[in-house]
Amino acid sequence: MIDQTTQYLGMKLKNPLVASASPLSEKLENIRKMEDAGFSAVVMHSLFEEQIEIESHDLNMAMTEGAESFAESLDYFPQLGEYKVGPDSYLELIRQATEAVDIPVIGSINGATPGGWVKFAKMIEQAGADAVELNIYHIATNPKQTAQEVEQIYVDLVGEVKKNISIPLAVKIGPYFSAMANMAGKLDKAGADALVLFNRFYQPDLDLESLEVVPDLILSSPHRLRVRLRWVAILYGQLQCNMALTGGVHSSEDVLKAIMAGADVTMMTSAILKNGIGHIENVRSGLLRWMEEKEYESFNQMRGSMSQKAVANPQAFERANYLKVLSSYKPVV
Amino acid sequence: MRSKVTVDANEAAAFVAYRVSECISIYPITPSSPMGESSDEWSARGVKNIYGTVPLVMEMQSEAGASGTVHGMLQGGALSTTFTASQGLLLMIPNMYKIAGELTPTVFHVTARTVATHALSIFGDHSDVMACRQCGWGLIASNSVQESHDFALIASAASLETRVPFLHFFDGFRTSHEVSKIEQLNEDDMRAMIDDNLVSEHRVRALSPDAPVIRGTAQNPDVFFQAREACNSYYDKAADIVQESMEQFAKITGREYNLFDYVGAEDAENVIVLMGSGAETAHETVDALCAAGVKVGMLKVRLYRPFSMKHFVAALPKTVKRIAVLDRTKEPGAGGEPLYLDVVTACNEMLGEGALKAMPQIIAGRYGLSSKEFTPAMVKSVYDNLAQSKPKNHFTVGIEDDVTMTSLTFDPAYSTENEKVTRALFYGLGSDGTVGANKNSIKIIGEETDNFAQGYFVYDSKKAGSVTCSHLRFGPKPIRSTYLISRANFVACHQFSFLEKFNVLKCADEGATFLLNSPFGADEVWDQLPRILQEQIISKKLKFWVIDAVNVAQNAGMGGRINTVMQTCFFAISGVLPKDEAIAKIKEAIKKTYGKRGDAIVNMNYAAVDSALANLHEVKIPAAVTSTIELAPPVPAYSPEFVKNITAPMIAGEGDDMPVSKMPVDGTYPTGTTKYEKRNIAITIPVWDPDVCIQCGKCVLVCPHAAIRGNVYAPSLLSDAPETFKSTPAKWPNMKDKVFTLQVAPEDCTGCELCVQVCPAKNKSEVGRKAINMELQRPLREAEVKNWDFFLKLPRVDRTQIAHSRVKDVQLLEPLFEFSGACAGCGETPYVKLVTQLFGDRMVIGNATGCSSIYGGNLPTTPYTKNADGRGPAWNNSLFEDTAEFTLGIRLAIDKQNEYALELVQRLSGKLGDELVAAVRNADQNTEAGIAEQRERVAAIKAKLQGDDSPDARVLLDLADKLVRKSVWAIGGDGWAYDIGYGGLDHVLASGKNVNILVLDTEVYSNTGGQMSKATPRAAVAKFAAGGKQAPKKDLAMLAMSYGNVYVGRVAFGANDAHAIKTFLEAEAYSGPSLILAYAHCIAHGFSLQNGLTQQQLAVQAGHWPLIRYNPELLKEGKNPMQLDSKEPSIPFKDYAYNETRYKMLARSNPQAAELLLKEAQEDAQKRWMHYENLANMSFGDEASN
Repeated sequence: MIDQTTQYLGMKLKNPLVASASPLSEKLENIRKMEDAGFSAVVMHSLFEEQIEIESHDLNMAMTEGAESFAESLDYFPQLGEYKVGPDSYLELIRQATEAVDIPVIGSINGATPGGWVKFAKMIEQAGADAVELNIYHIATNPKQTAQEVEQIYVDLVGEVKKNISIPLAVKIGPYFSAMANMAGKLDKAGADALVLFNRFYQPDLDLESLEVVPDLILSSPHRLRVRLRWVAILYGQLQCNMALTGGVHSSEDVLKAIMAGADVTMMTSAILKNGIGHIENVRSGLLRWMEEKEYESFNQMRGSMSQKAVANPQAFERANYLKVLSSYKPVV
Repeated sequence: MRSKVTVDANEAAAFVAYRVSECISIYPITPSSPMGESSDEWSARGVKNIYGTVPLVMEMQSEAGASGTVHGMLQGGALSTTFTASQGLLLMIPNMYKIAGELTPTVFHVTARTVATHALSIFGDHSDVMACRQCGWGLIASNSVQESHDFALIASAASLETRVPFLHFFDGFRTSHEVSKIEQLNEDDMRAMIDDNLVSEHRVRALSPDAPVIRGTAQNPDVFFQAREACNSYYDKAADIVQESMEQFAKITGREYNLFDYVGAEDAENVIVLMGSGAETAHETVDALCAAGVKVGMLKVRLYRPFSMKHFVAALPKTVKRIAVLDRTKEPGAGGEPLYLDVVTACNEMLGEGALKAMPQIIAGRYGLSSKEFTPAMVKSVYDNLAQSKPKNHFTVGIEDDVTMTSLTFDPAYSTENEKVTRALFYGLGSDGTVGANKNSIKIIGEETDNFAQGYFVYDSKKAGSVTCSHLRFGPKPIRSTYLISRANFVACHQFSFLEKFNVLKCADEGATFLLNSPFGADEVWDQLPRILQEQIISKKLKFWVIDAVNVAQNAGMGGRINTVMQTCFFAISGVLPKDEAIAKIKEAIKKTYGKRGDAIVNMNYAAVDSALANLHEVKIPAAVTSTIELAPPVPAYSPEFVKNITAPMIAGEGDDMPVSKMPVDGTYPTGTTKYEKRNIAITIPVWDPDVCIQCGKCVLVCPHAAIRGNVYAPSLLSDAPETFKSTPAKWPNMKDKVFTLQVAPEDCTGCELCVQVCPAKNKSEVGRKAINMELQRPLREAEVKNWDFFLKLPRVDRTQIAHSRVKDVQLLEPLFEFSGACAGCGETPYVKLVTQLFGDRMVIGNATGCSSIYGGNLPTTPYTKNADGRGPAWNNSLFEDTAEFTLGIRLAIDKQNEYALELVQRLSGKLGDELVAAVRNADQNTEAGIAEQRERVAAIKAKLQGDDSPDARVLLDLADKLVRKSVWAIGGDGWAYDIGYGGLDHVLASGKNVNILVLDTEVYSNTGGQMSKATPRAAVAKFAAGGKQAPKKDLAMLAMSYGNVYVGRVAFGANDAHAIKTFLEAEAYSGPSLILAYAHCIAHGFSLQNGLTQQQLAVQAGHWPLIRYNPELLKEGKNPMQLDSKEPSIPFKDYAYNETRYKMLARSNPQAAELLLKEAQEDAQKRWMHYENLANMSFGDEASN
């Protein structure tokens, strides 16, 4: 009997397959389906502070635009009892989800202000979430802002949130740090119970017909796994906190690679957006089949087995790897 | 325990009406709409009545429908009510007769409003109520907000006991919209006043098959008369019962009322009698006069019908010798106005019965029509008149009648303002939130201090850039001042730009405080003030404070909404509350007002409050006037005489001072006057880049205010052009030797940015810039004014030489609708402008009441205008409900006169010549060229007949212009076409006559504030549909198509401008009835109107608004008349709908309901599309046989 359990954020999960933040978790029905299909935990879609503010401003604008200007139409909308602006509906969904499923429910925040991160983290805790994941994006466009200052923003933020909540805290970051390993260590020390590697930025595209910059979200593909495997493999054993690998996980092979690189859990979004929530059942059976064939007893047994520390050639994760890739191309004659 | 609340009379009356009713029927009409809105909102929220059940609220298609429904509700045994005013009340009259004839208890709550005569007015007088005095209803008048609350209950109780229905009224706006502190009745009070046994008796009288009776029989001469007299005993007892109800009410609440309440000296000889809000001013004046030793009195009429003569004379002082009866209505041709006639009758009859010892001299006066100010000075002038040996009878007061000399003179300086009352005036913009903040201030003062408080708000007649003036009073005693503040001890000007437009310190009292939002600091502001302000600041010894509120608000993230900043300063300076306490209360009010909109909004306002006081500075007043800045003249010096003499004073706010002799006698005004009112309301205006422009004309087409225009002309004309005037070679194949200019009217543009949004031409080196880009107006104003003036003088392109079907060419057609007062970014006016470009010089418009009649015809200036030949649209607004019929009447008159003129042409062929006669009679006027030729023929006829004195020639000279084809248009909104006017519209469609009907479909009653119409889509929230519209949008296009001989078009200029133009041309060309349904984005949809064009596109893409043309002409060619001109829905309905608050707010308030309704709305769109597609794919005639 293969032991599929894993430890993540101080919780024993039934397997290392976690549904990561996506629009699918906006509906309770989907969260139920995720549990039924075999996910061991679900990270809720992100609560975007900026979005909440925009919606508040939009509502305010709509309620005030043209109001108290003309005697016949002093306003244009009925005064309804309550509006669910702000995080109310999100928190309500967390409440419902924690009641509806047995697997852990992890709230996710994308804040815009220092106060906002802490406020929403506390709200998510109060709503009954089992953990909080901070989904941190920061595009450092200000040329006067140094890398050190950017890093300090992350560290302060994690420390501040950690101070204010008692449930576990995961921190989801991008790979674009000059000193990723050092940064991971800082976040670990600042109080992160897990690092989630890595989030993805929406990369804008240029539309040549309309001459507009257009937002573009392309679902992740398996090749995105590489950068994540590398950093999980490098960081494995260097941190106190857990590591989750997210991005590019589509198949059972991807999951095995992630665990072997050192991830405690793997997270999946694009594959289930593309193939449906039921896709996870294929992944699970693929995992078990592979482990049975190879006679692995547990995920713990394989975890980190191909980390930088564990492989025969640790440089493979460093520059040599880069050279090797380049040299694999044959020159065109 | 009763709470003190600060509310307006609409809320105060509706609070009671809702709680003592089971069924409520509603329809919007200003100023009563808020009562229906409150009822609908309460019902949607599940607020219960005093019987513990939630009343049913039903919106109807008209006031006639609402009263019919109430009649049915009452016959069904339910306690029922409705709310209305003005023409709405007039529409209820037939049912009111029925309800009274059947002795049915109910109360209609009415905000008394002017009935339209020579003009429409939304403001208050008693002409509507007086038009109902013959219906057999009790008429009970409330004079104040408290009374509107109390009398709503007293009337309800009395109606149940008397079985006489009651019309409870209070003055529109002056009372309905006055915010005042009142003691609120609680449920126990209401239960104590309403007798359950009487309610039970009412229910027992209901129509029921379990105890069947018949009512509404037809009666014959033998018994009708007697039967009509059978109700007398009920009316005989009614007044006494009302008095008893008042006494019972006094026992419960301590507030005493009588049928007639006398105020003043016990031994007064001169007495004024009146009712309504003016009675409070008269009361205040009598108190002041008596205190000064003048023995006068006044009688408040509470119960006007039934008019109890015995109670009336009993209430008069025994010493009375002279009575002035003041009516707030006019009955031309009558021996006197209604209240006067009742008083004369009462005194005469009571004299005969001995109840009155001597007949007093009774004179009549009119006052306060259409909310005309009624002040203590006017009241005093009435007493002064009474004291004359030969007092003027049938006088007017409050105006100068220099024609029939009816008016009394009065001393405007006379004042009874109590010095213990703080009187504050605030000038602001609608968009800066001034009124909202002042309403909060009044609530704070009223509910958090022992002060009595009153707020009254005066609004603009324009919807874009509207100016507001808030009048706030508070003090230790009840406030009876139902007139505007003319001696303010606090004046705040929230917009620096007002200083150059009008005298903001006109009403500042000596020693008053002046608070100014100024971009200039305390040390530099003095030099920026106009001379007239400096003079007053010094002479009136004003204290002067400034704050850069715009800066403070912007730093707090509030943009131009400076309301909370200025509110904080007001509290800080006025000292009405200790500073810290005031700030805490302001923050509480902010939380209450904005809390539901999210923390971001609350915090933003808190930040503004917190930083306000640090930026508030007192200005040290110099000893001498130094300014040479003068107020800007209201109109330019080159304006026509009428505009200078009549329009300009109105623009300058001096309309009250204009005498009768200045007024047109029949409501006829010249068109084309908006161009003289330079409003300068845009912060930014579009600036043209000729190098990028492709001259497509889209910007000109979408401009709601005709403030951006194109022209093509000979380059030689540029020799006199101003220095900064721009031009570029014209991109027309047939006009390659000409140049093109796109010019903005800098002082008329509203800065809505629709033109920039639609511009498809982007700068190749910097794609963020287009062929037009918004830039600050102020630095550009002077140069662009010169450019605009030069542009207007350029000759226009010959209409016969361009293709009217192309967007590019349409920009060269002169708009004959310009600079209206519509909202910035309005979605309606581009259609109206387009129709005037295409047909304006031969167009007659019948306009339904609504937004389009307000921006189309509200004084002081109106936007329909004339071309260089003096031709342009002729316009009239009849009513809300009858526009199609009214316009048909115009069509029939034109058709008949055309026919008659043709007959006369034939009869006069000897004089005109056979060739001309034949040409006139056989003229093809289907093209611009054909019309131009016919005009030339008409000119020839006129020339030939000049001086001919024969009867036929004289008549033909009158009618000759009718020989030129006229374009007759009925224009209105969806409230008219789908609801109140549908019956008439349907009849006109069925008539086969050549009437063009343009429905500007905003999918709500926009003008009255966004109430649901049958055009409102499913899932949208609107007033009267607070829970989201449950039924699908009515498909008016399908209904019209069912006739087969009606041209039907559905257009959305933001989605397909060329299609819109094509549809208008086809509709007008069609010789039968045509109906164009035009999608109009609207402020009531709840999104930034900058995105209006995008939303139109999305509406079409989602299948919500399929573009169609149904042209019966095609049937003659054996083709399918139905053409589906937009593509299959390509986006979900949600992607269109959830950009708009009207849909989104339901998702926020009731997500489950929203999801269900959204799903159904999606199905509606799919079904509609499939249906249209099937119709468009059907084979017809030859197609079918092939």
